[in-house]
Amino acid sequence: MRVTVGMGSCGIGAGALRAWDALEASFSRLGLDQKVERVGCNGMCFDEPIVEVISDSGHFYYGNVDEKIAERIASEHVKDGNPVEEYLISASDMDFLRRQTRVALCNCGSIDPEKIDEYIGSDGYAALRKCLTEMTPEQVIGEIKASGLRGRGGAGFPTWRKWDAARSSPGKTKYIICNADEGDPGAFMDRSLLEGDPNAVIEGMAIAGYAIGSGHGIFYVRAEYPLAIKRLETAIEQARLRGFIGSNILGTGFDFDLSIKAGAGAFVCGEETALIASLEGERGMPRLKPPFPAEKGYWQEPTNINNVETYGNISWIIRNGGAAFAAMGTEASKGTKVFALAGKVKKSGLVEVPMGMTIRQIIYDIGGGIKGDRDIKGVQMGGPSGGCIPKHLLDTPVDYESISKAGAIMGSGGMIVMDEDTCMVDMARFFLDFTQKESCGKCVHCRIGTKRMLEILNRIVAGEGREGDMELLEDLGRGIIAGSLCGLGQSAPNPALSTLKQFPEEYRAHIYDKKCPAHKCRPLLTYMIDENKCVGCLACVKKCPVNAITGEVRKPQHIDPEICVRCGSCEAACRFDAVLVD
Amino acid sequence: MGQCQCECRPGTPANDLSLLDPILEKYKDVPGSLITVLQQTQGIYGYLPKDAIAAIAQALDLKIAKIMGVISFYAQFRLAPNGKYLLMMCQGTACHVNGSEKVLEALTDELGIKPGETTEDGLFTLESVACLGCCSIGPEMMIQTSGESKVYGHLTTKSVRDIIRQIRRDHGGALK
Repeated sequence: MRVTVGMGSCGIGAGALRAWDALEASFSRLGLDQKVERVGCNGMCFDEPIVEVISDSGHFYYGNVDEKIAERIASEHVKDGNPVEEYLISASDMDFLRRQTRVALCNCGSIDPEKIDEYIGSDGYAALRKCLTEMTPEQVIGEIKASGLRGRGGAGFPTWRKWDAARSSPGKTKYIICNADEGDPGAFMDRSLLEGDPNAVIEGMAIAGYAIGSGHGIFYVRAEYPLAIKRLETAIEQARLRGFIGSNILGTGFDFDLSIKAGAGAFVCGEETALIASLEGERGMPRLKPPFPAEKGYWQEPTNINNVETYGNISWIIRNGGAAFAAMGTEASKGTKVFALAGKVKKSGLVEVPMGMTIRQIIYDIGGGIKGDRDIKGVQMGGPSGGCIPKHLLDTPVDYESISKAGAIMGSGGMIVMDEDTCMVDMARFFLDFTQKESCGKCVHCRIGTKRMLEILNRIVAGEGREGDMELLEDLGRGIIAGSLCGLGQSAPNPALSTLKQFPEEYRAHIYDKKCPAHKCRPLLTYMIDENKCVGCLACVKKCPVNAITGEVRKPQHIDPEICVRCGSCEAACRFDAVLVD
Repeated sequence: MGQCQCECRPGTPANDLSLLDPILEKYKDVPGSLITVLQQTQGIYGYLPKDAIAAIAQALDLKIAKIMGVISFYAQFRLAPNGKYLLMMCQGTACHVNGSEKVLEALTDELGIKPGETTEDGLFTLESVACLGCCSIGPEMMIQTSGESKVYGHLTTKSVRDIIRQIRRDHGGALK
């Protein structure tokens, strides 16, 4: 029997350590010789902390495990063999996992990321062995070409082409870089993969090194991911001890070693030329391409940069063949893609599905629909560089081309679900605030244009929108796209432009009617009391911080809009739904 | 020890620059290691003291202006000491959609400081960060103290106040 606890950052944040301690304490109290094992996050973040009991009769998943539940699992299930039915994750919640197809995440949640033997036990490093002993570098690149794998970090450039270019570029030292600077606020697949199965990424990089003729690999990891860095360090050390990286790998004469550099907090460093500048110890500012990194990259040498998830797919492709990968997905977008489903969705977590599934299927069939069964308004895809896909386009299949056509981008796979309570003008303001802060300042349009766009959006949500603001935003947005060097500037206006196009009525309501339809922008709200419902209990009067509510006891109250600061305390205090918000 | 030469906090003892020696020795001939050196320096002192920056400039043969350019570019680097507890309140997209702004408001109110500031008693530094990557348990915050970091999820305006009050109690401080 095995007992595992999901120990990703998210699981630990939800209380996995407490569950772990309670299990161990219970086992020792009951005199059981049962170990607790650490695994990565299986992606069902909505039910964390998760404990899995694996016995001859199958896999049993327990969700939201606290100390009490852990004790019962120990005494009833582990000791007596009777699963604690009431705490098992329900069949409908298990659909979240069952309806996925896992390639990059195939080991996440089932192996201990800090024990290389468990990775080896699930065919780990077999692909590297196969490449080094049975395939030429050209054949490896040919297999990746056959798989149709495209970059999972954003733009979707064919991976084999990058490898081929780096292979054929002349240079005495070539480099392999893993871009783990997961900057999209709302995407966490790279963190989860590095925390849950670091060896898969290492193996993918070593294979890439063999294919392009490089002996040096570098991880560039966000500093905000301390656990991912720690597990990578452990995995690299173990892989080196076992001879999967280092010199003369598996006795084949191939040398490849890895190092880790922690980022220092700059979104623009996700752009490959900025990332290279940062690796060289400089300010992370992008430069003009060409030359592409495949020709002149790190220290001016041929360099291949891929994203974490891209490398995570490589060993599966080599083991199962490019054709097996290409059999999944659509004509132009092959294989599976991991999405980070979050926001106003019932079951949020990591979802890996074949390309071509529709957004609606992901949100409703896997994600279980919208929190509180409210109405969906749209989905933000591609983070601050992407756009919002509105409700009427939810049947768009997830592949690079269809998502672009619907007005967003695949990006790294962040999927933030928004319901009717989400104000789209506020979302545009939120993203502009982010990109404006993260602009490196090199290009004038990006540096100053995003600031001007943010000022306009700040005015609009404050109720000071003016005639012509929408046109001005569009005009500025187009200018910034045309006048910026890198992907950050070229995509920064997208959230504003896409909401202007998909939700113009929300902008008009803010600017002309001075109303926020989602009741989110506080300066635009008016609080009133419904005289027919108010019983005069004075609950709201006691809560009002500015004494804006007046009236006699047991008679309808009145809110003075001049004094009201729109804090919403009265609405929360009222038990009779008598406070109206407009 | 003499008095600190920088203006960060008058009265604090000068920094022991000999702690830097092993780092400078290791990296002085490794090209492109400025960021790593700065990260490790910050790991020692909790921030980047002026005298340490001068020592780095000398050892790596770089202009101080160049180093300041790199320091000011990246969000991670600090020129003033942190509080004992560094609170990193996530303002990522998923947290934002789930109401992180209100949680941050409660936090600033409870602490009496704005993001980027440190409380007078030196206990807390508040930062608002873009994303910590635990989007499904948002609104979330990471608290770092003595090299350890812990993530707190599903925050509410009430639970963040409780967390802060608990830490204050642990340090024998009076409740606000």
